[in-house]
Amino acid sequence: MTSIGAESISRRAPAPARGRWPPRRLAHAAFVYGCLILLTLFIALPLGWMLTAALKPAHVPVFTVPTQWFPTTYFNLGTFVDALLRPGEPYLRFVGNTLFLAVINIIGAVLSNSLIAYPFSRLNFRGKNILFALVIATMLLPAPVLLIPQFLLFFNLGWYGTYLPLTVPAFTGNAFFIFLLRQYMRTIPKELDEAARIDGAGYWTIYWRIILPLSAPALVVVAVFTFLGSWNDFFGPLLYLDDPHLFTLALALSTEVSRRGTEWNIVMAANLISMLPPLVVYALSQRRLLGGIASVGIRG
Amino acid sequence: MGMQLGSQGVGGEGVDLSAVGGGLEPRRPHLRWRPSTAAGRIEERAAYAFLLPWLAGLLLFLAIPLGVAVWLSLTDDQLLRPGRFIGLDNYARAFTRDPSFYKSLSVTITWIFLAVPLFLVTGLLVALLLNQRLPGMTFFRTVLYVPAVLSGVAIAVLWFTLLNGDIGAVNQLLRQVGISDPPQWFQDSRWALPAVALMGLWGVGTNAIIYLAGLQNINPELYEAAGMDGAGPLQKFRHITLPMLSPTMFFLLIGELTAALVIIGPIIVISGAGGAAGPADSLLFYMLLLYRRGFVEGQLGYAAALAWILTVIGLILVWITFRFERRFVYYQA
Repeated sequence: MTSIGAESISRRAPAPARGRWPPRRLAHAAFVYGCLILLTLFIALPLGWMLTAALKPAHVPVFTVPTQWFPTTYFNLGTFVDALLRPGEPYLRFVGNTLFLAVINIIGAVLSNSLIAYPFSRLNFRGKNILFALVIATMLLPAPVLLIPQFLLFFNLGWYGTYLPLTVPAFTGNAFFIFLLRQYMRTIPKELDEAARIDGAGYWTIYWRIILPLSAPALVVVAVFTFLGSWNDFFGPLLYLDDPHLFTLALALSTEVSRRGTEWNIVMAANLISMLPPLVVYALSQRRLLGGIASVGIRG
Repeated sequence: MGMQLGSQGVGGEGVDLSAVGGGLEPRRPHLRWRPSTAAGRIEERAAYAFLLPWLAGLLLFLAIPLGVAVWLSLTDDQLLRPGRFIGLDNYARAFTRDPSFYKSLSVTITWIFLAVPLFLVTGLLVALLLNQRLPGMTFFRTVLYVPAVLSGVAIAVLWFTLLNGDIGAVNQLLRQVGISDPPQWFQDSRWALPAVALMGLWGVGTNAIIYLAGLQNINPELYEAAGMDGAGPLQKFRHITLPMLSPTMFFLLIGELTAALVIIGPIIVISGAGGAAGPADSLLFYMLLLYRRGFVEGQLGYAAALAWILTVIGLILVWITFRFERRFVYYQA
């Protein structure tokens, strides 16, 4: 399903031939580009301002008249080092914590969702349709209602203040990912399973050696979404973490705004550091990611 | 999980009948499947083994909490003191004895009427721009989606700074273009919600991408036929684009509606965990009230009741939206 979306989005009309354009078409193009450039500025200027602020040394004011949207004068990369190594609350630790959680969540999501999607897509068993309907139904469960009893559960298990509430659920699958992977696995030819079975392979071998590798394109989508979700998660760490040593980037950043006497260049550097990994992942995966998102919408 | 199956791959429904040979029942997908052979039973056992992680999670993290949520809402549970059964008193308290309850409802409803139409319309306008047959659209599409991958906290920290009333970059810009008394945004009870909306507009690319996929799914022949019948651009938009896009729009409407009901992350960053939620509680969203009652004040029973009330409100809103679906959404046969 992901590849369908990717194609439909990249299937662009051919660019108009170079040469003379009729005036009406020229005006139309100028209008469209004008709007899009304004929108691009709307996205880029805040990011530019943030970079400018982060690159200023401590003694230079971050807020200026007129506003400096892009770095021209100061290129003090030391701010990033200061933020990462700040005594007491080094952001490097928060980066490490967040990365650790993201990696565990990706492993959990890729393993569990593919395990669960495999029988739904290729095996027969009693209750298959009912259970799959149940998977879909869990997407409709109201998250706010589950919030409090889940907290109570983790609290009573003694998991409060640890990473367990933020990692263990990833190993039990996610309805959207199960659905996505099941759709994808259905496109893998059944003859492959048959051939493997004739060679004496069991279901586990078929899953591990055939289905898992062949599902790689869909698993990348799962991994990317899981990374973004885990890296950007704020509410989970807010509820379950109380030791600042375990804080994630989002949680550490959230406390900066309300603080008095904030060093804004350091905060903006830390904010940029927190944005960088999602931006890199996005840059590497944007075609597949946008395709996946688009295909969700078509389905609706 | 090392299930092994010999080469006797016979009996399961999924087995290709032509390869295995006769003697088996033909495939009847609509009947309930039962394992009739040893191989079928092995297949079934394997299937359940693969499903174990999900079944465990379903029971532990969804089914049991869902039941506990009903019970909790009927008790005066505080985190460290087990609750006593108090009937529907939590619900009565919300509607009669918690003044913040109505304030948070009004903030959330105002937010829905402000944010949902705004995000739906701007998303469509941006998608229409991106759908033009001009070079460079891939670039703009990629740039506009960037905020969607960033964390709500990072965006809130950035925009809270940009929208500072005195020294923020946005107001500097407004003063430069001649607005001598720009809004105080998060420091002004009337402008706090619009400030959150402005922050949300930064993520307009998400909806635009989904709209764009819908636009590109519209058969171009429809436009050609309409053009031959003498339809202008506006008529084409009104009579082809809008109806053909209405399923996408409906999908986004449901998504935006449910998202607007439960918005909380960026709000906690801006208004802090305790104290007033923005000037005059103007940012006291429903979920923020729930968070404070439950996790800051530790009244888990009351917060559970608040969660059920929110769920019922959400169901009513979604039900109303589905009522409208029959009139406004066009599904191709």
